[in-house]
Amino acid sequence: MSKSYYDPSDLRKFGEITEWSEELGKKFFDYYGSIFEEGALSAREKSLIALAVAHVVKCPYCIDAYTKDGLERGITKEEMMEAVHAGAAIESGATLVHGVQMMNKYKKLSM
Amino acid sequence: MSTKSLSARNNELSNPQKQLEYLSEGLFADGELPTFKHKLEKENDFPLQPKPLEILQINLGYMCNQVCSHCHVDAGPDRKEIMTVETMQHCLEAIKKTGAHTLDLTGGAPEMNPNFRWFVEEASKAGIKDFIVRSNLTIIVANKKYYDLPEFFKKHNVHVVSSLPFYKREKTDKQRGKGVFDKSIQALQMLNAVGYGKEGSGLKLDLVYNPSGAFLPKDQDAMESDFKTALKEDFDIEFNSLFAITNLPISRFLEYLIASENYEDYMYELVNAYNPAAVQNVMCRNTLSVSWDGWLYDCDFNQMLELKVNSSVKHISNYDEDAIQNRNIIISQHCYGCTAGAGSSCQGTVA
Repeated sequence: MSKSYYDPSDLRKFGEITEWSEELGKKFFDYYGSIFEEGALSAREKSLIALAVAHVVKCPYCIDAYTKDGLERGITKEEMMEAVHAGAAIESGATLVHGVQMMNKYKKLSM
Repeated sequence: MSTKSLSARNNELSNPQKQLEYLSEGLFADGELPTFKHKLEKENDFPLQPKPLEILQINLGYMCNQVCSHCHVDAGPDRKEIMTVETMQHCLEAIKKTGAHTLDLTGGAPEMNPNFRWFVEEASKAGIKDFIVRSNLTIIVANKKYYDLPEFFKKHNVHVVSSLPFYKREKTDKQRGKGVFDKSIQALQMLNAVGYGKEGSGLKLDLVYNPSGAFLPKDQDAMESDFKTALKEDFDIEFNSLFAITNLPISRFLEYLIASENYEDYMYELVNAYNPAAVQNVMCRNTLSVSWDGWLYDCDFNQMLELKVNSSVKHISNYDEDAIQNRNIIISQHCYGCTAGAGSSCQGTVA
């Protein structure tokens, strides 16, 4: 077994999770596959959403996968970086909006 | 990016035997990935055999004004191998007899062969109706003597297929050399000016997109629409179709894959994307490749790997289509490049 928690080549083995729970694994991959098909959103748009979320959940496998997916679709590096910023903005905003809670509590406790 | 061919650098990968060893060792020797033959056998597609011949693809030489980092031909200004008039004459004899409807001229930069125009004119007289010239575009603006190529193409109703790896400068120049994008744009505008790519002109201008790195092309139609919008908006350029072509792991692209430590991942990707439907239409089944020195190959890639056709007739000087058509196609692991995803050929996707 690898001595580090993340091994880039483990991404290739993702499909193997089905071996230990066939029904759930299959359902997941069917669902996953359907999501990234063309729909009300284009596959290209969904690829950029996935890239942004990959950064927010800090999944190195997902970042590798959706950077490559973006390259394959001709998505430019500027578009990719903007998507990452969009994710980062929501993430930092989610932290900062709690500042209102802090302010509320501060005011409530203060005379 | 190197400005010399593997051959001029005496790189060991300029030896086709070394490339074939690389493609058979490692992942494929220890069974981690199935060989291409094994894949074909599983689908009852082995041995791979030709369908009726449609395209005669003639490589007029490895000389080129560019040194693209992904080039499977290892072409460049330092390559001096070009087709002689004598070999062209053998080709013309074959053209008179062939059942193929299309003559596909490639290189290097085929236009750099000093007898290129003569050959097109003679082939036209010999009855070829459908000409393809694979132009790197920049050759059209490389020297005054090439400025009238668009007019020449038009005169012979040549179908121009041009490489433009991307509609943005940065990626194009990284793959094909500094300044290539601007020159390509200028050449495309010259082609448009004589009617190429314009609706109703009957003059076909197709572009070739190939990934600028260790990833596969995805969705040719979506990419075509992106190219069309960007080239129209930015440069007022029009073209007919976009062919998305997968980079095969041979020659300079193989060198890049190894040096960038992408080789294993790339081979995994190709094998995982294997599409049996693409096998039915791979180009080696309807195309025959002729090298600058007249040898016959199943495809341009096998030509670069020096894998001559498995037939009693191996040279254009004693061309016999019946004998050649009755052969088994030679395969190795590079063939996965043509069967991945929607498939890949000189005419774009095949499945």
